[in-house]
Amino acid sequence: MFLDCGGKPECLEKKPTHVRGEHANSTHNRSQPGSEPGEPLPEMLQLPLVVTVQVDLVLVLISSLAFLTRLSCLSYPNAVVFDEVYYGQFVSLYMKRIFFIDDSGPPLGHIILALGAYLGGFDGNFVWNRIGAEYPMGMNVWSLRLLPALCGALCVPLGYLLALELKFSHVSALGAAVLLLLENSLIVQSRFLLLESVLIFFVLLALLSYLRFQNSTSSSWSRYGWLLLCGVSCAAAVGVKYMGLVSYLLLLGVASVDTWNVIGDRAASHLSVCVQCFCRFMCLLVVPALLYIFWFYIHLSVLNHSGPHDQLMSSAFQASLKGGLSRITKGQPLEVAFGSQVTLRSSASHPVPCWLHSHKANYPVRYENGRGSSHQQQVTCYPFKDVNNWWIIKDPNRQDLVVDTPPKPVHHGDVIQLVHGMTSRFLNSHDVAAPMSPHAQEVSGYIDFNVSMPAQNLWRVDITNREAKSEVWKTIVSDVRLVHVNTSAVLKLSGVSLPEWGFRQLEVVAEKAFKVHSSSLGWTVEEHRYGTSQEQKDREVELHSPTHIDVDRKISFWAKFVELQWKMLTLKQEESEHKYSSSPVEWITMKTNIAYWLHTSTNAQIHLIGNLVSWGVAHLSMLAYQLLAVIYLLRRRRGFKDISDGAWEQFVRLGCVCVGSWLVNFVPFLLMEKTIFLYHYLPALCYLHLLTPTLLEHVHTHLLSSPTHRRLLHVCVIGVLLYVFLCFWTFCPLTYGTPELSASQLQRLKWRDSWDILYRRQ
Amino acid sequence: MDKADCPSQNKTKDFSTLRNRKICASKAQQSSFSLLSKHKNVQPAEMSKDGTQLPSPPGHEPRNKTLLILVVVLSFSTRFYKLAEPPHVCWDETHFGKMGSYYINRTFFFDVHPPLGKMLIGFAGFMAGYDGTFPFIKPGDKYEEHNYLGMRGFCAALGSCLPIFAYLIVMELSQAQSAALITASLLIFDTGCITISQYILLDPILMFFIMAAVLSMIKFNQQKYRPFTAPWWMWLVLCGANLSGAVGVKFVGLFIIVLVGLNTISDLWVLLGDLNLSLVDVLKHFLARVAGLILLPLFLYVTIFAVHFVVLNKSGPGDGFFSSAFQSRLIGNNLHNVSMPESESRTPVLVRHGDIIRLEHKETTRNLHAHRQEAPLTKKHFQVTGYGINGSGDSNDLWRVEVCGGQRGDLVKVLRSKVRFLHKATGCVLYSSGKTLPKWGWEQVEVTCSPYLKESPSSQWNIEDHFHPELPNISLSVLKPNFLEILLESHIVMIKGNSGLKPKDNEMNSKPWHWPINYQGLRFSGVNETEYRVYLLGNPVVWWINLASLGLYVIMVAVASIAIKRGLPLNQSRLEHSRLLKRAGGLLLLGWLLHYLPFYAMGRVLYYHHYFPAMLFNSMLTGVTLDILLKSSDLLLHSVYSDRLKVGGWLLLQLSILYSFYLFHPLSYGMMGPLAHEPGSAMAGLKWMDSWDF
Repeated sequence: MFLDCGGKPECLEKKPTHVRGEHANSTHNRSQPGSEPGEPLPEMLQLPLVVTVQVDLVLVLISSLAFLTRLSCLSYPNAVVFDEVYYGQFVSLYMKRIFFIDDSGPPLGHIILALGAYLGGFDGNFVWNRIGAEYPMGMNVWSLRLLPALCGALCVPLGYLLALELKFSHVSALGAAVLLLLENSLIVQSRFLLLESVLIFFVLLALLSYLRFQNSTSSSWSRYGWLLLCGVSCAAAVGVKYMGLVSYLLLLGVASVDTWNVIGDRAASHLSVCVQCFCRFMCLLVVPALLYIFWFYIHLSVLNHSGPHDQLMSSAFQASLKGGLSRITKGQPLEVAFGSQVTLRSSASHPVPCWLHSHKANYPVRYENGRGSSHQQQVTCYPFKDVNNWWIIKDPNRQDLVVDTPPKPVHHGDVIQLVHGMTSRFLNSHDVAAPMSPHAQEVSGYIDFNVSMPAQNLWRVDITNREAKSEVWKTIVSDVRLVHVNTSAVLKLSGVSLPEWGFRQLEVVAEKAFKVHSSSLGWTVEEHRYGTSQEQKDREVELHSPTHIDVDRKISFWAKFVELQWKMLTLKQEESEHKYSSSPVEWITMKTNIAYWLHTSTNAQIHLIGNLVSWGVAHLSMLAYQLLAVIYLLRRRRGFKDISDGAWEQFVRLGCVCVGSWLVNFVPFLLMEKTIFLYHYLPALCYLHLLTPTLLEHVHTHLLSSPTHRRLLHVCVIGVLLYVFLCFWTFCPLTYGTPELSASQLQRLKWRDSWDILYRRQ
Repeated sequence: MDKADCPSQNKTKDFSTLRNRKICASKAQQSSFSLLSKHKNVQPAEMSKDGTQLPSPPGHEPRNKTLLILVVVLSFSTRFYKLAEPPHVCWDETHFGKMGSYYINRTFFFDVHPPLGKMLIGFAGFMAGYDGTFPFIKPGDKYEEHNYLGMRGFCAALGSCLPIFAYLIVMELSQAQSAALITASLLIFDTGCITISQYILLDPILMFFIMAAVLSMIKFNQQKYRPFTAPWWMWLVLCGANLSGAVGVKFVGLFIIVLVGLNTISDLWVLLGDLNLSLVDVLKHFLARVAGLILLPLFLYVTIFAVHFVVLNKSGPGDGFFSSAFQSRLIGNNLHNVSMPESESRTPVLVRHGDIIRLEHKETTRNLHAHRQEAPLTKKHFQVTGYGINGSGDSNDLWRVEVCGGQRGDLVKVLRSKVRFLHKATGCVLYSSGKTLPKWGWEQVEVTCSPYLKESPSSQWNIEDHFHPELPNISLSVLKPNFLEILLESHIVMIKGNSGLKPKDNEMNSKPWHWPINYQGLRFSGVNETEYRVYLLGNPVVWWINLASLGLYVIMVAVASIAIKRGLPLNQSRLEHSRLLKRAGGLLLLGWLLHYLPFYAMGRVLYYHHYFPAMLFNSMLTGVTLDILLKSSDLLLHSVYSDRLKVGGWLLLQLSILYSFYLFHPLSYGMMGPLAHEPGSAMAGLKWMDSWDF
């Protein structure tokens, strides 16, 4: 029943949670409605105030078992388990609000983990340096692990509801829930500071809410609440891990087919079709996109202190963080003028961020390979702050190196000379091959050896990110190219390290044939002050003194978001092997396990090992589905309809959701070159556990006609379920890390030779 | 429509007349066809459903041969004009010309592409009297008296076929000469297509086979109401042959195989759904396609390799890429017809699986040594060094030999055994990481000791040279691999070579998104003002029209589909157009996607010219799309004006293509003098994008 409350406070109405519950238990609570003097609605007055609650006891039971298996003894082991060492450091940084970049996924995952830590009062003071390290006494480990465990527990009822939404019976739904419940690998992955269970939770929630939306026949607006929830959980799934994107795309595919059918509904008016399409567009595309950006907004507003990854970001980004660069650059003059003292940072951040540098050492007369050089002073790029990074911008038409009052700013297109602060050499380039990149010109600090090699030290300022025609060169903001006037070559960081004679600093060259857009050509002024000293001695003192401090410079959130997202996607970590990494093909047979934790003194240990029985059954049912689908398709094409159209539709939807999700969550790993692990397979596996019971129900209702066969199937199912439970029970010690097993017991658990189970030498 | 409306054969190029006649023709076909279909027991309902795919038996439709001849003449003349210039090696001619010479000299070489293209180049050169003596060392080398025109002419002839094939394909698909002419002129007057056809390159050959495969596939589709007749078989076999040709030139040919494969699957799906055909008939159809499109191409492809290995029997620059066993079959290789010690006799102690050994470097007498220090490049592995001298050393010099797949006590055999060396002290395995050491290591490949013991080819070694005074020699001829082994090995080497082509630091690396917008071209010849410069860059007007039509196509299909889905009243010609858009356009769009998207996933270095096959599909799609757009102009205007608009728009399109070709032709036919940013240049004012460097 449905009652319109009309906003009255005393009218408590609760929608039935599960109408289809077989074991539904309903309680009726009656009371008199309060009388409304101004309301002329006699029917309303006659209606009793009713609260109808239906509780699906199976669901309750399954959920409580899920909570029991996932949440009991969460704080054991009281030590760093496997990838907690990785995620933990980010949680710590979150607690201290220190900026970091993690290229493994968008920030929502870290935000959720950090939220748990925050609620438990974790202060971030723990060094996450090795697996197995004990947590200190006061640390609330339980709260750190709570949120992933909650998500993991909720996956079980979600699986139950999802099977119902796929229009299968409660028995199938129960089967799916049991398989999810007894999957050791899901339990292990949920119980620690890891993100897979969170991802699985959001993905399942998105699917469930979409199916709810699609299945609800009422045209009321409340069904759009489900659609909105779907959009939100999609955004959350993508926000936790990039892998959520494939599930999102699959869901979009399913949704667009459904939308196409809506468009084809000729009974509906054009307007209503437009409105429906618009709603779907908003909920499934616009809302997720906005929310995704919102995760970054939270991330960037929480992490506002400078930290270990500052160097990867642009100067402008760094200046927006508290501490670090902003402490130095605060109060610097904005406009670069003739006479300014500056440090020039290369816009390229690979191999390392560095500053234009020179020092009192010349290029060797001859290199190792016999080529000659100009023997002038070396100019390099140096990855550390140093007084030799300072350069002075000089007007070619004047002699002095101080800033006029008022300062004469440098504009785009101006010709300048660059004088090295400590050695007073001019930045020079000429038609001599560079030491490591012989196709480019050498760049040097000019020394006149009287060998008819004239100084060519004029450089044109080319501001690449200018907005107006003649823009002023600005500190931090402007990305500048220095074009050599004589040869029109461009100053470039080649990225190659110089040999011993160049102190292994990075080579700087002038490139003639350059690619149009390359960050290695750009330079930004990072530290800047107006020079005041006429004499070289005073100037050296001035260069050694720190720059002064005053104002704060801000860049917009949008610019920060774009830069951070781009850096996260392009950041290349050195490909690494791992002892427990595996290839996707091995996942299907679970050839490898992962040892998560081993007690410091005993044999107690935790492994990521799935339930081998349900694992095998799941893959068999996936094969069976595909085989059955091919047979059905071919036979339908030839005009034989083995099952009714309704059953066929149900079968197809099951395939789209379960097999489709399995495919999109599995196939991309085959193409990836990253180091991947068994736990990457868990999202895909969940769908197979949904598929197994539902496919069996399909076979039961549509393919088996004789009661004997059906009875046989029942027996088989019960047998398999028992076996699944036995397997779960057997591996429980490795799932929960307790009780400790003896070496021979461990040996017996080594069901596959390729598994790596650890024994401690007695 | 009455017979009177149908004008007689009219040679003037009046646009509207052409269109009228076309409708008459298709009407005539339809009637003649229903007769045929009765005869063949095909349902009439099925027929009318396929309105656009009506077959066009030769002779039934009076096609304008003049137009075709015009296309042929224009195509050949644009490609052969100034073919001999510049008379020096341009760009990749240095590779493919050289490889053509190798075929003439029969020396073995290695290339990442399958051999057919280079074989054809070599053959063309041979027929034209080139003797294979020109060294093709680097771009810019003068040909002098060497005959290079044969090879260039061959490529240009194949390149000239592309617009013709495109014309025929669009003609078959849309049955509209106006559409086919748009496509033909897009391709004829595209400077990029001209340039890439004029030199000794694999691309014109590859694209020839691709387009020929598409054409024969479509011709084959048109024959579907007359299965198992001679022309049906002919097009099937031709399609298969062209597929093997395409993949025999470059592995990119796989994309066209996918296109044909998808088309065949949908074809078979339709046949399966036709309940008038018995299952036996469907099976016959299936087997015929398996034979024509799988077995035949496979056979031809293997034949190409067989020819390749038979022709190249002398040792050459490619030996080192292959295994020792492979090299033993090349004349002049030091493994050819030699023998090495190996014996079952017991006199010297033979090394067996599980033995502990020490390996001493012969020149420096140092031992192969490993210790727990991180390796120079692969930080997670241990360092491998030479240690000790003249037989002294320590326990870190000990290695255990294991034969892969062997058991304790198995003999270690020369060449045939794959061996692993396990370090006794640390348990790691000798490993070749594949990374190049810096200058100090003379850019040789790093060797490490890997603690990860999984078996991989990088940790397997084999013994290549072996000398022992007391062992009797055996002849290596027993090792000679058979043809299938050679075939497999050469493919592994090619695939590795392809993925090993990583972008170098100071090389132009082109990104796939650059290509459709014509962002950046390639220098074929010459850099500065005094040199003869040729620059591979598509005619920007053509390319941007193509890009715009892609968007236009998507919009048009979306509008048409929604209109049909919502059940809006549409007249017959409109329905016909939308069906044509979906069928023909869809096929061409799929072709474009298949030849473009995979490049995003490729790790190897990419070049601008990789886009050209996709560009051909895009141009054909443009022809179909713009033609239908013009024909739909009566949606907005009264029919009198819309007819004028149609003709006017078509002429405007053709004129703009022609004029832009006039502007940009120096890119293909060469230019001297100042660069584009200076006023006196041939290209002055035409550098529309900063990224073009001419």
